[in-house]
Amino acid sequence: MNTTPTGTARSAPERNAVETAEPAEVLRAEGVTVAFGRGARRKTVLHGVDLSLRQGHTVGLVGESGSGKSTLAKVIVGLVRPVSGHVALDGEDVTGPRGRAATLALRRRVQLVPQDPYASLNPRMTVGEAIAEAIDPRRGGLARHRAAVEARLAQVALDPEAADRYPAQFSGGQRQRIAIARALAVEPEVVIADEVTSALDSSVQAEVLNLLTGLRRSLSLTMLFISHDLAVVRHVSDEVAVLRHGRLVEHGPCAEVFGAPREPYTKVLLASVPGRGGSA
Amino acid sequence: MTATRVRKRARPNAMLVTGLVGLTALFVLAVVAPWIWGDRADELGPSVHLGSSGEHWLGTDALGRDLFARTLVATRLTLELAALATAIASIAGTVLGTLIWVSGPRVRAVGLRVVDVMISYPAVILALTIAAILDPGPKACVIAIGVAGCPSFARLTANLAASVAGRDFVATARLLGVPSLRLMRRHILPNIAEPLLVLVSVSFAHSLMALSGLSFLGLGVQLPDYDWGQLLSTGLQSLYTNPAEAVGPAVAIVLAGLSAGFVGDGLAARAASTSGNSAAVKPGSRKASASAPVATGTDHSVPDDAVLVVSDLRVRRPDGTALVDGVTFHIGAAEIVGVVGESGSGKSLTAMAAARLLPGGLRAEAHALELRNPGAEPLALAAPGRDGAAVRRRLATEIGIVYQDPSASFNPALRLGGQLTETLRVHLGVSRREARERAVEQLEFVRIVDPEARLRAYPHELSGGMRQRAMIASALLTRPRLIIADEPTTALDVTVQAEVLALLRAANRRDGTAMLFISHDIGVVTDLCDRVLVMYAGRLVEELTAAELRDGHARHPYTKALLAATPRLEPDGEADGKLDAETGDGLLAAIPGRPPQPDERPAGCAFADRCAAVLPVCRDTPPPVRVLAPGRTVACHLPETGAPVPVQAGPKAGRHDAAVEAVG
Amino acid sequence: MAVLDEAPPWLGFAARRLGGVLLVLTALVVITFAIVQLMPGDPARVAAGANATPDQITRMRHDLGLDRSVPAQFVDYVGNLLHGDLGRSFHTQENVADIVADRLPYTAELALLGIVVILVVAIPLGMLVAVLCQNGRRRRLDGAFTFVTGFVGSTPEYVLGTLLVYVVGIKLGWLPVAGAATVDALVLPVVAISLGPVCTIARIVRRETAVVLGQDYFRTARGRRLPARRLYLRHALPNLLTSTLTLAGLLLAGLLGGTVIAESVFAWPGLGTRVVEAITQRDLPVVQGVVLVLGSLACLINLLIDVVLGLLDPRTLSGKAAGS
Ligand SMILES: Nc1ncnc2c1ncn2[C@@H]1O[C@H](COP(=O)(O)OP(=O)(O)OP(=O)(O)O)[C@@H](O)[C@H]1O
Ligand code: SF4
Ligand SMILES: [Mg+2]
Repeated sequence: MNTTPTGTARSAPERNAVETAEPAEVLRAEGVTVAFGRGARRKTVLHGVDLSLRQGHTVGLVGESGSGKSTLAKVIVGLVRPVSGHVALDGEDVTGPRGRAATLALRRRVQLVPQDPYASLNPRMTVGEAIAEAIDPRRGGLARHRAAVEARLAQVALDPEAADRYPAQFSGGQRQRIAIARALAVEPEVVIADEVTSALDSSVQAEVLNLLTGLRRSLSLTMLFISHDLAVVRHVSDEVAVLRHGRLVEHGPCAEVFGAPREPYTKVLLASVPGRGGSA
Repeated sequence: MTATRVRKRARPNAMLVTGLVGLTALFVLAVVAPWIWGDRADELGPSVHLGSSGEHWLGTDALGRDLFARTLVATRLTLELAALATAIASIAGTVLGTLIWVSGPRVRAVGLRVVDVMISYPAVILALTIAAILDPGPKACVIAIGVAGCPSFARLTANLAASVAGRDFVATARLLGVPSLRLMRRHILPNIAEPLLVLVSVSFAHSLMALSGLSFLGLGVQLPDYDWGQLLSTGLQSLYTNPAEAVGPAVAIVLAGLSAGFVGDGLAARAASTSGNSAAVKPGSRKASASAPVATGTDHSVPDDAVLVVSDLRVRRPDGTALVDGVTFHIGAAEIVGVVGESGSGKSLTAMAAARLLPGGLRAEAHALELRNPGAEPLALAAPGRDGAAVRRRLATEIGIVYQDPSASFNPALRLGGQLTETLRVHLGVSRREARERAVEQLEFVRIVDPEARLRAYPHELSGGMRQRAMIASALLTRPRLIIADEPTTALDVTVQAEVLALLRAANRRDGTAMLFISHDIGVVTDLCDRVLVMYAGRLVEELTAAELRDGHARHPYTKALLAATPRLEPDGEADGKLDAETGDGLLAAIPGRPPQPDERPAGCAFADRCAAVLPVCRDTPPPVRVLAPGRTVACHLPETGAPVPVQAGPKAGRHDAAVEAVG
Repeated sequence: MAVLDEAPPWLGFAARRLGGVLLVLTALVVITFAIVQLMPGDPARVAAGANATPDQITRMRHDLGLDRSVPAQFVDYVGNLLHGDLGRSFHTQENVADIVADRLPYTAELALLGIVVILVVAIPLGMLVAVLCQNGRRRRLDGAFTFVTGFVGSTPEYVLGTLLVYVVGIKLGWLPVAGAATVDALVLPVVAISLGPVCTIARIVRRETAVVLGQDYFRTARGRRLPARRLYLRHALPNLLTSTLTLAGLLLAGLLGGTVIAESVFAWPGLGTRVVEAITQRDLPVVQGVVLVLGSLACLINLLIDVVLGLLDPRTLSGKAAGS
């Protein structure tokens, strides 16, 4: 596996209009290998995965359940330490050992929006408190950061009153927006969205996808968008990476991968998507 | 709905309040009793072993002391000791549990195992041991009971902390850089406090009983001090002569234990009720929702070969709220009918009503809800009451059911073989061997390799996709006339989903099995089905063929909105002639708002609040169900013929209209 | 797939359980040994009796081996245990092994009978109430069940025993209230020790049954339209037993404690009455022996429950424990 910015061997020059500016690389994962368990139960979940994210780009990561999508996300945010390989943020190695303070400072630069909107918010904390804590994890309080909290809520199209309510009073879609607002409150360089819409109905999913699309534009967000739904990935991403059994089998601009997939596995995946007029 | 809900809420509170009142009274008594009755309790009287009398309510003991006073005075020592033991157990246990949890995974595993073993060791025997080491007496007993209670707290703390710490919100807080102390204080403790509190009260009750028990054995409180257990043991000695002596302490012990138990139960119930349901449902705000009207226009013509006929089906909650409201459709022989709609639209309930498997408490009413079979009487599926054996046999063999979650739908404790062949064996009297042969045949049909071995396996030994295929095989085993599949592919990966859909289609071709196929994914339904029902808020809003849906001839604003909200794989240019999901600015056409709750459905069209094409009439008049052709109905006020129906916002909307116009 | 090789999960299961048993037994041996070491005061003085001369005490200390180093004593202790030698009573000079052999059958009889009664009564009772009251039906029955079981469950066995002795034994005179001379003497003690756990476990069963009845797999079974008996016995019972036994197992082992106490109420000639006597007399060898035996018995009960659990739920065997 080579280490060109886009990961795999897609030698053809990328003619995509966005590419011409060649935005700076923000995040780069190189040869990330992760294994869980010991002895006979040891299982390698990621095999030398290379991935890079460029400023203002969204990379969609697709793959079946168990292919290692979430593990990769956890490696990037530092929740899982790889056996080998490393992740660099603006050229700075994130995975290596370092002091606590430095780790924390680095971690805040990458934010994760988790999958389950029902588990990702503390049920005993108001929405405002949760966002305030994201703004200042040490002393954050709603009273102190009220204005900033309300600005963040407005960004995800929620009323200021939402700050005083508890997560249980919101629907799944609204909770997901709150989770996004909390991630953005940190002003991270990279956002990782892990299956953020898979728990949602399609009508609500559209709402969240639209929100992400809008934010990508207005904030020039750099995002890794993980999903098992290829149509959703195509909708929000500039590039797409296909993960299978812990290996990155294909990576390229959306139009190319979806239009002319190279790997047989990608073809199978695409052919399996329902609603294409009686495939399968 | 209010009646049941209120009762449910009130009971745990009553329990908690009763318990708290009891405990408070006991604590007050513990404080004041020795002052008030202390002298009287120690005062020797002339009359010994008296029965109950006006002067001595509970009689007197061997030295003529008043037993009522003694029982009251003993409250202090009894509660003190129990509280002390509980404190030891909870503090030491919680600290131990926290230590186990914060240490590494290896230490944690060993630690939990040791704690498990400790828990299983009977507290009283431990207490005996400690009483033997230290001199018998209250000190030994308190330490013993406290130590014996530690492991429970340790285990609960470790488990709770682990489960809360594993939740996403804690991980997120960590990523945000929330310091550990604050993490513990704001995220973990509030979420584990309640169960711990429950354990504290339960443990208090246990300590009280165990300590009294030890005193009763003569190992606890030693004379001249006395607690309830000690009083009881003395009372027991004169049980033949003066039973009243044992009454006071016995009642006191039971009452105290009961109060603490009530507090525990009440707390547990409250915790369950607050963490469980969200506040989304406002009780008591129920509007009298008008029932959906019956179809107008041409009659629903039901073909002779129909397998399932559903006419004006309503599924009601016990309070009368209609969850499914006037649904009418049929499924012809060998036809696959799909049902789509948002979550909560009543898809599953419709299906379960058709399977005569509604969850308890719900009831189905229908003009007609029957399973037809050329060789027999139609089988009424909405009939109230219990089914006889013959009806059960027909239900079991003529309807096959495939459920959503393959990992939860097989009994984990039974081998697959037994579960698969059960219907054949119970209802058709097929021999074990033949049933297995048939099961193997079906498993081969669903392309499971080595089917004989799978029959001997337990469900957890199979992968999710394999389990769902086994579920389909099980549904096919009796060669049913109808298969009802409720979101059978939702829990599966796309590639596995494609396989499962292919299997269902193959079964439909092979046996001519009719199917009711539910999905929230409009793409899946278009792929598999012949005809599609679109449901919204418990009603059928549109019925059309899959081809019409695929080609963009949907008419109901809801169906269109649903299509427009779904992202598509094909980018603009490629989806020629098809609906394009995206508007020009790269945004999807989201449907604003949420479907109304069943008890808050408006009098008119339930979609009115979210509909872009809403007319004034929509608000208060339910839209009529218009039958345009057999198997083609729409329930909407918009004049359907030729009228352009704009989808919500976006320049591409015109194209849909053109498509609709071309057909209409 | 695990289907093809049956042995490893069994082996793993057995190894884990055996490990647990060994751990408990080791702990027991250490604890009972520690009884003598940790006791404040001089065991030799206690053993020699109140009026012993210093000379006698020294001799006693030597006889008991107390003048040797602690590790040496421990090795001795373990060695004796392995030979079935539990020492001699300070008071009666009886062989402790003989005392145990004498008394154990009574305690075991009581405890095992109690366990059987508990399981036989509590499980059907809890299931019945759960089935009758499913979906919020028969609220009154439900309320009565909750109240009665709560009340009786929080009544300790010695209070219950006292009550039984008084009402059934003394007032009605139906059953003997003390001793173990006849078979019907068993009735009251068994009732006294099992009534509380019956209530507690019946409540657990009721709750767990309600959980099982709401599971997807139970709906699948309902979809097969089985006769009620088969439905509940085959598709609910094994599953609810798993979760119930996981929770109730502790209660069953804890029953031994209740037995010890109840023995005193009914003057039952078991280990319980003997050990209480021994503790008050500071007869350490007897305490050591009895605690060791009772502990092993508790461990045995736990082991039995684990084995039953393993048989009921295939997942516990492979280590993917279902949890509660
Ligand atoms: N047992 C029940 N008791 C009371 N209300 C119920 C019950 N089951 C379902 N409901 C309510 O009935 C309505 C329809 O539920 P149903 O499960 O049929 O929806 P669905 O379309 O299958 O949704 P999903 O896509 O989430 O499966 C919902 O409002 C739901 O809350
Ligand atoms: S009836 Fe009215 S509100 Fe309802 S879908 Fe039709 S146009 Fe919209
Ligand atoms: Mg459903």
